[in-house]
Amino acid sequence: MTALTVFYTGLFYFASLALVGGLAYRIMEYARTPAPLKIPTTPAPTTTSGVVMRMAREVVLFESLFKSNKWIWLFGILFHGGLAVVLLRHIRYFQQPVWDWVVFIQPFGKYASFIMVAGLAGLWARRFLVDRVRYISTPSDHLILALLLGIGLSGICMTFGAHTDIVDLKAFALGLVTFDWHPVPDDGALLIHLFLVALLMIVFPVSKLLHAPGVFFSPTRNQSDNPRETRHIAPWAAALDRTAK
Amino acid sequence: MAGPEFEVPTLTEYTDVPRIKEGAMAHVKSFVSPQATQEYMGYPWVLPADWKERALDKMGELLGKYRSLRVFMDACVHCGACTDKCHYFLGTADPKNMPVARQDLMRKVYRRYFTLPGKIAPWLVGAVDLTEDVLNEWYNYYHQCSECRRCSVYCPYGIDTAEITMAGREILNHVGIGQKYSNEILVKVQKIGNNLGLPGPALLDTLEGLEEDIEADTGVAVKMPLDVQGAEILFVTPSADFFSEPHVESLIGYAKVFHAAGASWTMSSKASEAGNFGLFNGNYETMRKVAMRIRDAALELGCKRIIVGECGHAWRVAYSFWNTLTGLGYDGKDPFSVELQKQLDPRFPQPMHICEYTWDLIQKGVLKFDKSKNDDRVITFHDSCNVARASRMGDEPGGQFTIPRNIIRAVANNYQDMAQETIGESTFCCGGGGGLLTDDLIELRVKGALPRMNAYNNVAQEEKVNFLALICAICKAQFTKVFPYYGFDRGSVGGVHQLVSTAIKLD
Repeated sequence: MTALTVFYTGLFYFASLALVGGLAYRIMEYARTPAPLKIPTTPAPTTTSGVVMRMAREVVLFESLFKSNKWIWLFGILFHGGLAVVLLRHIRYFQQPVWDWVVFIQPFGKYASFIMVAGLAGLWARRFLVDRVRYISTPSDHLILALLLGIGLSGICMTFGAHTDIVDLKAFALGLVTFDWHPVPDDGALLIHLFLVALLMIVFPVSKLLHAPGVFFSPTRNQSDNPRETRHIAPWAAALDRTAK
Repeated sequence: MAGPEFEVPTLTEYTDVPRIKEGAMAHVKSFVSPQATQEYMGYPWVLPADWKERALDKMGELLGKYRSLRVFMDACVHCGACTDKCHYFLGTADPKNMPVARQDLMRKVYRRYFTLPGKIAPWLVGAVDLTEDVLNEWYNYYHQCSECRRCSVYCPYGIDTAEITMAGREILNHVGIGQKYSNEILVKVQKIGNNLGLPGPALLDTLEGLEEDIEADTGVAVKMPLDVQGAEILFVTPSADFFSEPHVESLIGYAKVFHAAGASWTMSSKASEAGNFGLFNGNYETMRKVAMRIRDAALELGCKRIIVGECGHAWRVAYSFWNTLTGLGYDGKDPFSVELQKQLDPRFPQPMHICEYTWDLIQKGVLKFDKSKNDDRVITFHDSCNVARASRMGDEPGGQFTIPRNIIRAVANNYQDMAQETIGESTFCCGGGGGLLTDDLIELRVKGALPRMNAYNNVAQEEKVNFLALICAICKAQFTKVFPYYGFDRGSVGGVHQLVSTAIKLD
């Protein structure tokens, strides 16, 4: 095995561990931290099924963002929607044979990358053009957009420009999953693409990308509005009932 | 009144989003709490030598106790959706009054001390060291937030700046930098029983005077009972209702409603305050202590129902938190809450808002009105932030919007809503909520009222509206104060039960 293959193989195992381990740690931390008071942003659903619907609208349709700002909503939905289809398309590199529906979405997935990149470009443009957003942007906000755009553009290059050897790539990817390692194809665009993806996986659990798990734990969105009917109390708060009167 | 030392914003048809003006409100600093007050509250009154450790310890503690703070510190992506949603930003153009920037004051410190990238490469993620300058900035800008939650409606992750403001104020208190206005009120309510510091005998005297006034005015002996053992209803209202104008007009309204319904009711000298400034400071134990007065009064007087008067943040605490804090509600399984809950009448929600009570009676046909008595008024209704976005009335989500309006339409002929984007869940804060209703913040209060003033001006010009109906003691005081700055008559501000009082037929 070449040094390049060793490096990329090691990188992906490390990145996967960082992503899964880091996210698991964060999610545990969110789940363990109590929410001592009922603070749903009202009007809020009064039942659990209502809360599930609210959360689904929030996560799939970006309901609050739609109320808030149509431009951010548009660019946000383009980016996230495009990314979702692109990610699903990539399942094909990790299985043999490939599921029918993954085969079916392949052409959509190829073009979804343009939608994703357009959304990212719009979001980045706002960081320069809108004075309020410029004011709040930090270097890391720009870098994460650069990272995602780099992933998108290097991907587009391989799909529509200089094709990479897809058979070799699949052997490498499958090898990672089955622990039967194969050489990583020595192709500039691919190596950049893979490196940036690994980087994204590594920074995910220590960056603002935590908005993805975070939204599910947001008390203003995931609580039902029934404080008169049910007594909601955190363990540390219940201790007060037993001691001080 | 001396002229303002600042420029009062000009009214416009729409509230335009201003270009940012850095430092525009950096000079606005609420008075700091003195030694005696801090001492009573159990906080230091000067910056201790180890202030930095204390502040960071407190922050770590809050991150472990409040999921809201923990998640909100991580989840923000700086998308900008909230940047044009805060009334204080719209009125002042100071970028630190954008919700995200206000949150970032704390987030920068969180990143520096509680996250890996902030520890390794602070410049990359905008992390900063905790310094005295940072603390001072926290103090200024965490007292330029009214905790109204408008930003939380629009945030794709539901990040509620109020939670961060509360945590910020709590940390500041723990290093000796408390706010005079809120902390002095918290002392008064705990020592004397209400925010105004009105002792029991004075309260009794005031109520008797009001009874005489009503009888002189209507010829009907409407009572304002105090500390009546065994009364069915314990009525708790903000103490401003006892002698501030226009608040007292609503108090008269509640008494007339109880009279017309033939209710057995009482107020309590012990629980002579519905408001709970513990909410604003983000200290659970203070908020609980203040709320316990109502539980204790209910237990002592043996009341079966608890009804709350017109007050926004009080209703948030009552509706959303009383069951948690004091067991005043249903479904308690522990001895602490069962002790109170077994005494409550299960046919009614506990606690109940006075608007729920009045609307219920109207629907049952118990109350009779002469709507023409309100014909000199063209009325609009301001949704108070804490009622709109942090509570509910009635059985359905959104009842907090329909029930007060239903009451107004039942007692008056002329009603007109303000623009949709300024009411309901999108309502703008009055500019004086969250512990900011103090004269040392008058510039902030006037400027922060701008979006509401624009919306009111539109209906005043186009629909001849001349009365702003409210269900919040803070809103009433704030609008009475800022209306004249914008050229409106302070007399055109009043309570929903003031309208009820005008039209109700008594016999």
